[in-house]
Amino acid sequence: MLNTLRKVPEKLIDENNVRLDRRGVNDLRPVKIEAGVLVNADGSAYIEQGKNKILAAVYGPKELHPKHLALPDRAILRCRYHMAPFSVQERKSPAPSRREMELSKVIRESLEPSIFLEYYPRTSIDLFIEVLQADGGTRCAGITVASLALADAGIPMRDLVAACAAGKVEGKLVLDLTDLEDKGGEADLPLAWMPTLNSVTLLQMDGMLTTDEFEQAVNIAIEGCKQIYKLQKEALKAKYVAVREEAEE
Amino acid sequence: MSSTIVARVKQRQIAQLISLGKRLDGRGLTDYREVQVETGVIERAEGSARVLLGKTEVMVGVKIEVGEPFPDVPNEGVLTVNAELVPLASPTFEPGPPDENSIELARIVDRGIRESKAIALEELCVEPGKKVFVVFVDVYVLNHDGNLIDASAIAALAALLNTKMCKYEVKEGEIKIKPGYSPLPIRNYPIAVTFAKISDKLVVDPWLDEEQVMDARLTITMEKDGKICAVQKGGYGYFTTQQISEAAKIAQEKTQELRKHLVKG
Amino acid sequence: MNLPTFYEGRQLVTPGDLLAEDDYVAGDNTYKDDGKVYATRIGLVNYKDRNIFVVALKAFYIPCVEDMVIGKVVEVGLSGWMVDVKAPYLALLRASDALGRSFRPQQDDLVSVFDVGDLIICKVVAYDRTRGPLLSVDEAGFGKITRGQIVEVTPTKIPRIIGRKGSMISMIKQETGCHITIGQNGLILVSGKTLEDERLTVMAIRKIEQEAHTSGLTDRVTEMIRKEKGGVEHASKGA
Repeated sequence: MLNTLRKVPEKLIDENNVRLDRRGVNDLRPVKIEAGVLVNADGSAYIEQGKNKILAAVYGPKELHPKHLALPDRAILRCRYHMAPFSVQERKSPAPSRREMELSKVIRESLEPSIFLEYYPRTSIDLFIEVLQADGGTRCAGITVASLALADAGIPMRDLVAACAAGKVEGKLVLDLTDLEDKGGEADLPLAWMPTLNSVTLLQMDGMLTTDEFEQAVNIAIEGCKQIYKLQKEALKAKYVAVREEAEE
Repeated sequence: MSSTIVARVKQRQIAQLISLGKRLDGRGLTDYREVQVETGVIERAEGSARVLLGKTEVMVGVKIEVGEPFPDVPNEGVLTVNAELVPLASPTFEPGPPDENSIELARIVDRGIRESKAIALEELCVEPGKKVFVVFVDVYVLNHDGNLIDASAIAALAALLNTKMCKYEVKEGEIKIKPGYSPLPIRNYPIAVTFAKISDKLVVDPWLDEEQVMDARLTITMEKDGKICAVQKGGYGYFTTQQISEAAKIAQEKTQELRKHLVKG
Repeated sequence: MNLPTFYEGRQLVTPGDLLAEDDYVAGDNTYKDDGKVYATRIGLVNYKDRNIFVVALKAFYIPCVEDMVIGKVVEVGLSGWMVDVKAPYLALLRASDALGRSFRPQQDDLVSVFDVGDLIICKVVAYDRTRGPLLSVDEAGFGKITRGQIVEVTPTKIPRIIGRKGSMISMIKQETGCHITIGQNGLILVSGKTLEDERLTVMAIRKIEQEAHTSGLTDRVTEMIRKEKGGVEHASKGA
């Protein structure tokens, strides 16, 4: 059935600051993360965040051919962010769009600071992010799950990278926007956070914010990232903890 | 993608100077290079501009054609921005379809114009749902000496301010050209300010050698009232929250300064 | 090189976890920044005097000189073979090494010695950052593998499979009667008198891989093998 004729509803946030999906303005959508889900990849992970369903896989490090693409003193990270044709309301052509190319670049740049690339010169680490279902904030969820896939592959990292978006909807600053909120709102600010170095590795914004609102939104996004970071750690440990509990009973 | 390698000695020199608050070309950390703007350089285009930022040279041409609106905004004209990193501009630019750098550049310039609602797109509707004017902004980088983003953003805005459309009237769904021209309706003046992070310091308007040495870059685009309408972090390093706040403050001052090249008062 | 075994009760850490501050030496799978030591991989943290290291639960193989490894030939070159030893870099085995004398291109047919797809037991004799590892088959028992099964585990589990002073691997050999060759790169060759013996060994190895970070493992593996053997005919006799 055609779902494409849905319009943005009248109000996205009601008088009690409750959003359409019953969340408060500072609430994350429900998140489920799992590491090590694919058999063939060196590392993999899967995330569900609200209606987002995203899979990430890592291959490498392995020697890069053709050699002239390789760097003599470190590995290169190659990243492909891609949306499945059925992931969005109106079928998307499988060919890479300009948006996917830009996102592939910024996602790669958000993860590079976390990896010890200098340990593996002349190699490449290939990262694939597939969005199976999209509902806003896919680049952030993609970074979250990609970081986990890299750790799952046993690639040495400085830290995990957690990502979450904040924004402004109907005059209020909110955390973790859905697609409707992004389209109907005044600003969207995706951010990726690496706690150990207290650092922001992805920062984008489109919309309109005063400098004060901008700084507040950055902090709101970071708070969201902190929650996601905890969930990432749990997901990494999960299968080992389960095995240990079962074995030592 | 190959990159021009800056000799290690020079890299260290640049980094050391910056940690002392100085730059190799004598500028202060928050100084821009000289900006030169020339408009109306391509007569065949509806609007055009050529900008020199130091030695970085960018040309922008604006063409206006008739097309279909997007289904979710049937009463608005369409804006589309494209950027070409022309091979002659740098040994690192390869011929071929747009790569991630030219796509990112185009999308940052696009966001600045779109989110600040610089063009009054609702005034470009001919027949709602059927016919609108499409504004093509083509950014052509002719010489790469660093900071393509800011140079392209200024050039794009200058070209848009220079753009004139034929006067027209709509009769029975058809466009009839009338004598005379009217300017493209422009309501806002977005300006981009790009910072490079070198030696843990923020440096404005990095030139080519500084870009090779930088850890990361942060672009903040502000509209005429000082609101931020686009932000983009690039490069494989990171920024702390203090650096982000600092950049926003400096951008406030710098965007006003740069805007004066295009708009009086 | 002395690899630590998995001790019981060690804490599970993940990349970015702060392991210590101040005057510690950052050992395996950790890094130091601004006086603090952090983990770089998921694993079990160990503190030994001033040294902190993490025994990683999953990591790919990084070649180490003197390691015995099992590799797969992926390319027959002009004067040697390129071998995949499951490391980020392909390894090289020179023809002169395999032939035991200098290589004569007109007379020696490399393909007849080792062909693409052959598995070989060899040793890492050289490795530095500028090029791939160099291998040698110049030792008794090295060379092409002609029978048995290969089990692949993550290389960090190899010490656990060997056990403290070889206790785990000796137990398995005794219980199943299989011949087991352990490659430091995570590939293990199992060859027994019957397929059933080999299957038992593979099962035991898989169990160790899964539960490497738990305690009481040796007993549980012994119990599992004995339970599986009871009621099934086999060529070897258990203790």
